[in-house]
Amino acid sequence: MSPATPRTRLFLVDDHQLFRSGLRAELEGEFEIVGEAGDVDQAVAGIATLKPDVVLLDVHLPGGGGATVAEAITRRGAAPTRFLGISVSDAPEDVIGVIRAGARGYVTKSISPTELADAIRRVHSGDAVFSPRLAGFVLDAFRGDLPTSIDPELDQLTPREREVLRHIARGFTYKEIGVRLNLSAKTVETHVSSVLRKLQLSSRYELTRWAMDRRMI
Amino acid sequence: MSATSATHDPGGTNAPREGPDQPEARRFRFVVRSRGDRVLTGTAAGLAEALGLDPLLVRLGLAVLTAAGGVGIVLYLTLWLLSVEPDATTPAAPTRTRPRNLQIAAVACIVAGAMLILRNVGLWFGDALAWPVAVGAAGSALIWARSDEADRSRWARISERLPGNPVVSVFGGRVSPLRVAGGGLLVAAGMTLFLVVSGALATARTALLAVLVTAVGLGLILGPWILRLAHDAGEERRQRIRSEERAEIAAHLHDSVLHTLALIQRSEDPADVAALARRQERELRAWLDHRPTPSEQQDLRGAVDALASRVEELHHVTVDTVVVGDAPVTEHAGALLLACQEAAINAARHSGSPRVSIYVEADADGITAYVRDEGAGFDVDAVPPDRRGIAQSVIGRMRRHGGSATITSQPGHGTEVQLQLPRVTS
Repeated sequence: MSPATPRTRLFLVDDHQLFRSGLRAELEGEFEIVGEAGDVDQAVAGIATLKPDVVLLDVHLPGGGGATVAEAITRRGAAPTRFLGISVSDAPEDVIGVIRAGARGYVTKSISPTELADAIRRVHSGDAVFSPRLAGFVLDAFRGDLPTSIDPELDQLTPREREVLRHIARGFTYKEIGVRLNLSAKTVETHVSSVLRKLQLSSRYELTRWAMDRRMI
Repeated sequence: MSATSATHDPGGTNAPREGPDQPEARRFRFVVRSRGDRVLTGTAAGLAEALGLDPLLVRLGLAVLTAAGGVGIVLYLTLWLLSVEPDATTPAAPTRTRPRNLQIAAVACIVAGAMLILRNVGLWFGDALAWPVAVGAAGSALIWARSDEADRSRWARISERLPGNPVVSVFGGRVSPLRVAGGGLLVAAGMTLFLVVSGALATARTALLAVLVTAVGLGLILGPWILRLAHDAGEERRQRIRSEERAEIAAHLHDSVLHTLALIQRSEDPADVAALARRQERELRAWLDHRPTPSEQQDLRGAVDALASRVEELHHVTVDTVVVGDAPVTEHAGALLLACQEAAINAARHSGSPRVSIYVEADADGITAYVRDEGAGFDVDAVPPDRRGIAQSVIGRMRRHGGSATITSQPGHGTEVQLQLPRVTS
């Protein structure tokens, strides 16, 4: 990132102080960390006041979870804050819950610092960030054809989207996927964004069930 | 008054007036049976202590109420049920050495005397009611008055052995059969007395009344026992479940987390530490999700996780796994998993990449697996035939089970092994 462009303003939400300071140390050089919070109320208040570009949002939080934070901020509207979910949790209901609450992506805490920085930049620019694990969950949720569907466009993945997701799950970067599938990086990005939209809006049973597990509905 | 001096004597000469100091127990229950100052069970002294009265007054009051239609006995039994034993650790006042039978006889005499006096004075509910109730109550008390700790524990053992049938457990267990028989006889006598005296025996309603009285008598006999048994059993079960759960968690943490932490403290290789931590994380998570341990895995997801942690542990790489769909681990699927493991080990050993990705997808067509690294890579065609050991074992294994394996690699661009196993329709 060139020094001329303003640095991405980042807000950290995680109930583990130790993990927050670890993130701060890793990301401080590249981003402007404007604040951090350890629970839902602090987070909502902090984000509403500071209006950061990106919030790194832990899924597990005392007081309702990360999804509650994303929902509260999205409901207030106005602020162009984007959320990137992060967690040690592998449970699909956590991942799907935070995405359906409005997060633009999800990464696990074992992600490397460079990959994390890359993901934050990507979310800031409006792209979707799918970790291999998230791609696996989505493929699982959209498995099989629905005999009857209210909105087939939203409730099913196109073969191309499926192919892109499979590659993400196999561990390829967007650029590598573009090369392998003969697509431009932008097209790969479009496919992923489209999957994200379906993930957030589809009424597919699996997704609503997961969302209900997180008390999202 | 003869009753007064008689009551005064057992409580007064041998035990201190105030009873033992038991501030701890008194905080929780309003009557703690007195250990030192007891005629029957120490309930009266305990109540006196709680009320700040002379035990003599309490005993006298109970005696009077007994005469007034047996209310005193019912009250006494109720209080006894609600009261608690004094804590064994609190120092007891000097206990009396007089034989218990004498005490009981003394109390019986006092009660009978008091009743006679009250009857003469005119404070009386009528012969037809007071005497039968007194006799019945005495019988019930005889059966249920717990004499000592030995009795209590014996009853507890019996209640464990025969939880469903109190009558059988009382009689079949041969617990002081004399007391049970005597008490039962007294209760029956009280009931008969009531029927005869009230003249109900002759009327047409006799049967109904008899049944009713029998039921009341049975309730008198079994009521307190069932109540106490249910309470004790419930409490015991809760405590057992709690302690078993705790023991299981402790055992698990000991075998897993503590063991790993010990290994980490002794390890100096950061890669080693990371592998240990990841393996532990995987295992703990599976445990928290109530998934069976890897050794008893039957589903694809668990089996892939298990093989990933094996490779991580042995070769100090990070293995990311993504599994879509699920399938039973049949013989063929097991072969695919073995091939998968071989490929991952190969990647860990030779690619130089710190990370191996495994992706497994099971659907209607079969199972597909990808094992990928971003390491050195190699020219597949340039590998001499005698160096293709692992590749052959992977490919050969898949062929033997009706599947296929494809290896894609390029120097500098990593390696990917694709394994495919069609669904067996048989």
